[in-house]
Amino acid sequence: MAQLKASLRPATAPPPEPIPVTLTVNGVERTLHLAPWTTLLDALRLHLDLTGTKKGCDHGQCGACTVLVDGRRINSCLTLAAMQDGRKVTTIEGLTTGDALHPLQEAFIEHDAFQCGYCTPGQICSAAGLIAEGKASTDDEIRELMSGNLCRCGAYPNIVAAIRQAMAAVATKAEGAP
Amino acid sequence: MRSFTYARADSAADAVGRAGASGTAFVAGGTNLLDLMKADVVHPERLVDISRLPLDRIEDTAEGGLRLGALARNADTAYDERVQTRYPMLSKAILAGASAQLRNMATNGGNLLQRTRCYYFYDTATPCNKREPGSGCGAIGGVNRIHAILGASDQCIAVHPSDLCVALAALEAVVQVTGPEGERSIPFAEFHRLPGDRPEIDTVLRPGDLITAIDLPAKGFAEHSTYLKIRDRASYAFALVSVAAGLEMDGGTVRDARLALGGVAHKPWRDPEAEAALIGKPATPDQFRGAARVLLRDAKGHEHNSFKIELAERAIVRALTEAAERKGAPRP
Ligand SMILES: Cc1cc2nc3c(=O)[nH]c(=O)nc-3n(C[C@H](O)[C@H](O)[C@H](O)COP(=O)(O)OP(=O)(O)OC[C@H]3O[C@@H](n4cnc5c(N)ncnc54)[C@H](O)[C@@H]3O)c2cc1C
Ligand code: SF4
Ligand code: FES
Ligand code: FES
Repeated sequence: MAQLKASLRPATAPPPEPIPVTLTVNGVERTLHLAPWTTLLDALRLHLDLTGTKKGCDHGQCGACTVLVDGRRINSCLTLAAMQDGRKVTTIEGLTTGDALHPLQEAFIEHDAFQCGYCTPGQICSAAGLIAEGKASTDDEIRELMSGNLCRCGAYPNIVAAIRQAMAAVATKAEGAP
Repeated sequence: MRSFTYARADSAADAVGRAGASGTAFVAGGTNLLDLMKADVVHPERLVDISRLPLDRIEDTAEGGLRLGALARNADTAYDERVQTRYPMLSKAILAGASAQLRNMATNGGNLLQRTRCYYFYDTATPCNKREPGSGCGAIGGVNRIHAILGASDQCIAVHPSDLCVALAALEAVVQVTGPEGERSIPFAEFHRLPGDRPEIDTVLRPGDLITAIDLPAKGFAEHSTYLKIRDRASYAFALVSVAAGLEMDGGTVRDARLALGGVAHKPWRDPEAEAALIGKPATPDQFRGAARVLLRDAKGHEHNSFKIELAERAIVRALTEAAERKGAPRP
């Protein structure tokens, strides 16, 4: 265990005043009053009951907690909710349009791109960010730019196939758009 | 995490003012600081959020170089068109680091100040002079596969884990700082320090100092440069050894050279003598090996990391060979 020094504040010190944090989560504005050390991940899971976003490592090493903030993919475990005040957060729960699945969700089902499913919400949010960034076109580039999402079940080949398909679907849709 | 208070700085001066109180830390991307706070390695009482300060731009300088805002994200820096075309080795180095998500969060200033990934530094149950001065070093005589082969001391053999910094060292960047005593410019070679008998101090920054920007000189070695990173898996892992190499070629002859190593020391490792050994010489593997040997002449391995010496030599030869061959400024 940690060598606790007398000079350290005990973990049980009275918490500072909660901080008001306003987030637009999946299109709905929510104001929370949070302890300063609440990560965005914990705010989503524990305070907003959005448990689709997973906690794998809690240290930026696995990608299970990936969400989109103002359209960019980040690890929600390594940012404080207070640091994201005023921003738009999209989680796996927010990717569907009404009852229609997101092309990535459809492609993951079609390609059997998961086994236990624990990494999947992070994979899909990360892939949505990847497509928006527009830096990947080959399978190798998809693999490299998805390397922040680990899959203990090793569904990688099918994940790449699913992303490739969704990428094409999104591109076709964009071309067909008026 | 231990309890702390949180406040947002509304200007650089406000940030510096707030940082005067001891136990205060800036948070930018949070990707290193929050990780260390969760592991109880550091425990600031006050966090000052600087992430929204308007220091996130990338701008041309009057001298023909580029000023990278301290709060520009690593991803935005790597994908900036001017960085890609004028400083491709820098873009390549950044994209070799961490993951896409982390690069979207991590800032340039924060990257310079990230702490070592030494296992003992992270494990509060073990001794570590960097975390707890005077407690001893777990890595010396312990597991030291990822540790330093150059510039270490008998107090600490940790390495600086950054990729970005290796390229900045090769490019001779300048760190712009504002602090309680005003503004100053720190040449990159002087920014990070060796552990000596004060391994708890990583850089020459003083309490309250805020990095505002990183300036790149005009010379970017765009035509002949590369960043080579050797690691335990193909992506999303820290460097065992990395090389930033930049050459200026005159036919088959080297006119100017820059060479910096990552993953081998407490700071990016450069040595003007190694570069001098290349200048005016033909760009051949033998010459490159000779320069590598100069750069590595004081290298010393520990029980598990002696392999890094030969690995570094080979990586240098490969990187210089690639740099010499490379034409134009390909996208990374
Ligand atoms: C899983 C994982 C893998 C990684 N792999 C790599 C890798 O391969 N290569 C690599 O280079 N990096 C890697 N990183 C490290 C990552 O690049 C750094 O954590 C990041 O660059 C730190 O930037 P930040 O803005 O998040 O800093 P923060 O965590 O916000 O801050 C870090 C430190 O810098 C201080 N600080 C920040 N900005 C300023 C400023 N402007 N002025 C003064 N002080 C400041 C803070 O007080 C703090 O002490 C990895 C990180 C993780 C979690
Ligand atoms: S090498 Fe440095 S950081 Fe690692 S245990 Fe020793 S003193 Fe600590
Ligand atoms: S839970 Fe955030 S990266 Fe693993
Ligand atoms: S599907 Fe099980 S971890 Fe990826």
